[in-house]
Amino acid sequence: MTTYEPDRPDRSGGVPDSTRRAARSDHSPWNWLLLLPLVATLYPPLYNREGPTLFDIPFFYWYQLAAIAIGVTTTLLVFLKTRG
Amino acid sequence: MFDDVNTTEMVVFTTLFVVVSAMGFLAARWRKAETLEHLDEWGLGGRSFGSWITWFLIGGDLYTAYTFVAVPALVFGAGAIGFFAVPYTIVVYPIVFLVLIRLWSISHVHGFVTPADFVRARHGSSTLALLVAVTGIVATMPYIALQLVGIEAVLKAMGVTGHIPIIVAFTILAAYTYNSGLRAPALIAFVKDTLIYIVIIVAVIVVPYKLGGWDEIFGAAEAKFAESPNPGDGILLAGPSQLQYATLAFGSALALFLYPHSITGVLASRGRNVIKRNMATLPAYSFILGLLALLGYMAIAADVTPITSDEGKVDSNTIVPLLFDQMFPSWFAGVAFAAIGIGALVPAAIMSIAAANLWTRNIYREYINRDATPAQEARSSKLASLVVKVGALLAILGLDPQFSIDLQLIGGIIILQTLPAVALGLYTRWFHRWALVAGWAAGMAVGFWTTYQIQQKVFNADGSITIAKEHFGGSGFPLSELGFDTTTAIYAGFLALLANLVVCALATVALRAAKAPDGVDVTKPDEYFADEGDPRLHEIPEVVH
Repeated sequence: MTTYEPDRPDRSGGVPDSTRRAARSDHSPWNWLLLLPLVATLYPPLYNREGPTLFDIPFFYWYQLAAIAIGVTTTLLVFLKTRG
Repeated sequence: MFDDVNTTEMVVFTTLFVVVSAMGFLAARWRKAETLEHLDEWGLGGRSFGSWITWFLIGGDLYTAYTFVAVPALVFGAGAIGFFAVPYTIVVYPIVFLVLIRLWSISHVHGFVTPADFVRARHGSSTLALLVAVTGIVATMPYIALQLVGIEAVLKAMGVTGHIPIIVAFTILAAYTYNSGLRAPALIAFVKDTLIYIVIIVAVIVVPYKLGGWDEIFGAAEAKFAESPNPGDGILLAGPSQLQYATLAFGSALALFLYPHSITGVLASRGRNVIKRNMATLPAYSFILGLLALLGYMAIAADVTPITSDEGKVDSNTIVPLLFDQMFPSWFAGVAFAAIGIGALVPAAIMSIAAANLWTRNIYREYINRDATPAQEARSSKLASLVVKVGALLAILGLDPQFSIDLQLIGGIIILQTLPAVALGLYTRWFHRWALVAGWAAGMAVGFWTTYQIQQKVFNADGSITIAKEHFGGSGFPLSELGFDTTTAIYAGFLALLANLVVCALATVALRAAKAPDGVDVTKPDEYFADEGDPRLHEIPEVVH
């Protein structure tokens, strides 16, 4: 069993907690954006059809390839808005 | 062994293979550490990789050689359902974006090397940690073996038969992994991924051009599936397959970052922003994977016939290598084969390191040598990485490779059963440690039972059905087995996870009511937000066992 000595020394090194670490929480309203790629891809009736085609590629395929861009954009946006 | 070998392909393949092997050995001196005799160095590359290295490393780790041959093979055989790899690798990053940074922070503070280390500290249960570690090792072993299937498919397409080339390749891999640790796959990943990107981009331009355009390609695929008596194939999802498609993508996404080798890649990075940046940029590989999946249809249009073994077994994994062989000049086909072959080495190395770390940290140090020094831990991991690779080699050479394929199918399902202890554990301690054990057991039972029930059916032209495989015939569990009046199937792992979560919750309520003793949590809430530059607990000798 891993436990700590009850009298363990203060490991903040004398620096006040508030300045030692910027982030105290991962909460951010921007995080909700991360749901968008899930909704866009996990409901097949949304895209399970042949037309409209793009460069002769059925909708089913080019939509999901395009959905990668949705994933990248939302994740990138959340990263930029929440970077530490 | 070398009858009908295409010499040009073989020379290009071998040259690139030798270059990469040399890099593997030299990697020990790359970003040189004071000593490699420490798991933070041998097993995690110094925990200091920046965004670029991490991108290549995790990309090279997750998108394996087996993926590169098996996904197009599935599309070739069944059509749209094989495209699940695309939504799977789209949703995985937003799902794990917030989870992995918590795991990174807590591991950074406490010096955790494996997910089971975290479980041990968080839930105060060595039994639960052992279960998580063993699950990880069992799930990873067949995955390593399948990388050999990837190399074999390429060798077959080049006309090389026999087992000696694979034994040689894996011996070299084992030697430089032993020597350089995680630095070897990290360095090789640059070559692997660059080659893969070049090959796929050239393929999706050249092959459709040669075959007369996408219209021809999808037309040929549509004609093939229209002729096939199987109601489940086609270039669109058949109605009952839609639930399976969605749950397979979602379940696989939940499972991906529970695999020990994925977590190894994450923990090797320098900080939270490196991980966040990678979650946003790794989908570039998903795009390549999507294009790769379409090679399955190109193989249909190009009339590729998969290689049949002497025993009459069709190896559909050979279709992509054969397509390259048919469409490209020999020298470029050689490059393409090298891309797949090297693509097997990177994940195989990381997986063996991850499995070895689980062995060392959660079995060796917990049960065999409680006072192991860092050097002893590194030594134990290095030896274990050799054992793991020999095991994978024996599994492929000594047993039917189908055994490894079945195991890997189950591997995804069983690793999913560590989700409550690891992923949910990062957020809450509501679950009782014994309830987590009970949930794990329930999930495993349901996972095995459902996959055991799944038959692989072959639809004959006269409308009759032959059972090609009685058990473990896939991962789509027909809901009719549960008494539902439907032809809809669902991903077996998804069902197993639901059972796991329900049992976890019910058992927690029961155990709390019975006042069962809680485990000790040695993590603190603010440690889940620590970033690079924050002090590490394990550097301060205050932790006692």
